[in-house]
Amino acid sequence: MRITDLLEETYSAVTVNKVRSGLTVLGIVIGIGSVIAMISVGQGAQSSIQSSIQSIGSNLLVVTPGAQRVPGAAVSAGRGSAQTLTLDDASAIDSTVTNITAISPEVSRRYQVTAKGTNTNTSVVGGEPDYATVHNVTMDLGSFITDQSVTAYSKVAVLGPTTRDDLFGAGTDPTGQTVKINKVDFKVIGVTVAKGGTGFNNQDDVIIVPITTAQRFLSGQTYVSSINIQAQDSKSMSDVQQQVTDLLLARHKISDPTLADFSVLNQADILAAASSVTNTFTFLLAAIAGISLLVGGIGIMNMMLTTVTERTREIGLRKAIGGKNRDITLQFLAEAIMLTLIGGIIGTALGWILAWGVTKFAGIATTVSLSSVLLAFGVSAAIGLIFGYYPASRAAKLSPIEALRYE
Amino acid sequence: MIECRNITKTYKNGDMETPVLKGITFTVNNGEYVAIMGPSGSGKSTLMHILGALDTPTLGQYLIDGHDASSLTQDESADFRMKKIGFVFQAFNLLPRATVLRNVALPLIYAGVPKEQREQRAKNALKAAGMDEARFKYLSNQISGGQMQRVAIARALVNNPSLLLADEPTGNLDSKTGEIVLATLEKLNEEGRTIVMITHEPDVAAHAKRIIMLRDGLIVKDEINKDRVISTT
Repeated sequence: MRITDLLEETYSAVTVNKVRSGLTVLGIVIGIGSVIAMISVGQGAQSSIQSSIQSIGSNLLVVTPGAQRVPGAAVSAGRGSAQTLTLDDASAIDSTVTNITAISPEVSRRYQVTAKGTNTNTSVVGGEPDYATVHNVTMDLGSFITDQSVTAYSKVAVLGPTTRDDLFGAGTDPTGQTVKINKVDFKVIGVTVAKGGTGFNNQDDVIIVPITTAQRFLSGQTYVSSINIQAQDSKSMSDVQQQVTDLLLARHKISDPTLADFSVLNQADILAAASSVTNTFTFLLAAIAGISLLVGGIGIMNMMLTTVTERTREIGLRKAIGGKNRDITLQFLAEAIMLTLIGGIIGTALGWILAWGVTKFAGIATTVSLSSVLLAFGVSAAIGLIFGYYPASRAAKLSPIEALRYE
Repeated sequence: MIECRNITKTYKNGDMETPVLKGITFTVNNGEYVAIMGPSGSGKSTLMHILGALDTPTLGQYLIDGHDASSLTQDESADFRMKKIGFVFQAFNLLPRATVLRNVALPLIYAGVPKEQREQRAKNALKAAGMDEARFKYLSNQISGGQMQRVAIARALVNNPSLLLADEPTGNLDSKTGEIVLATLEKLNEEGRTIVMITHEPDVAAHAKRIIMLRDGLIVKDEINKDRVISTT
């Protein structure tokens, strides 16, 4: 039997009972559609979390102070509370560690900020010009902090767009105006481009001032709250991490790495952790949707078994005129696979529409990836094979004499 | 040439053995028209299954053109049926909702014949079976019973078989349509087709040139139908 003939026979068999075929296909359509939609929601969440982590900067290492330890006492004040990192540490890293493209020591704290009768509470970050490189900051209006303003302790401020909106109104140009941070006047010199970060780490709701100014006029201390280092590429990150750790251990005169008074966080680790969470989430969603796919598959099997019974005489005839067991098996298997593939195609389209609808009406990011479409097709073909095989082999096993006599 | 050599068929049901055919021997030469008759329970159907290579004998040999069909596997016998035998069933067994032409071309699908050739051969077979060309594209459930049986005959002819095996071909037809179908078979026989027809009706059997009578699994009579042979010569 030729392939084209097989397809033709299959096509006419499937189209003979359009309503029944349609309803059976519907089960697969819903199954595949929901799998694709669910995976797209999961993958959308994954990519939005990843991009929000990456919006902090790429190939980033963050050095933060460790727990403060009082000699002789067993009380720990908690990680990050120690005042162990200084600007000198940052410049030592800058001059010694290889494979880094930018380094940005930062101090940050929340302050009440006022400007002409409006006020807001926002995060004020003291930084250096490299802050822009490390955090992928680009300017919408005005300019960023310069080396000169750092050395001169200038009271200048760069606003994030959200902060600008809160203080001066949306879309306005506040450059040249004054904001009062912790009762100190700062001149606004620029506004950054919106990065669309959300939640606790909003990259748009921030004020950036020179680090020296922040230390002298705001915190009154010489410590930095973090040193952000951008590695040359993702491959050199672990090497840079090692170099930074070794250098800081030496500078802080600590011989046992477990007692380090700082910690170095690798962005890749954060990404990996976030990915593993969203992967689990995606898998869970897909598994729930998979149940409906399974039910659809059972629907296919049910229909094929009914079909085999109904067409017993036809099977007998086909055998009498020379159809081999293999031909009969192939024919019924092809019918099941054709049904599931049609379901797969429509289901993919449905999933796509659902994903689009979720993004449009629920505002949740979704991503329909090629792999999920391929998965859907693979799964639907596999369902056709698995759930079609039993009815097909039952058809093939019928004795032609019995089948021809069947009423 | 069709040869049955001492064919026996015994059905086993646990320890019970039921002999149905008890040693059938006969030969059908090319171009013969044979009717096999017998009351129910005579082993007529079982013999038909063996002649159609749908079943194998317990003992004995069955040959068509020297090819032994008595001990074939399922796939081998499917192949044998495809090449050697054309079936005409009492219940026509056409595919509903498929055109007349497609029904007739169906056996050629399993022979792997390309589509254009299939359709050409199906058309020739339909013409040989006396079908009106205007109805080739009709669906098989839109035509009358007599026409259905002609379509079934055309389907049996399409692979140019050595043996046309008709099982009660008029059983589902009224006598008038039955006559038309029998006339079709007669015409085909005159063109040289070898036909074996199973029937329990003497009127129908009277159309054949030779009549074999079965009773209790044995041939009790095997004679030339003088009326037909004399009338045609």
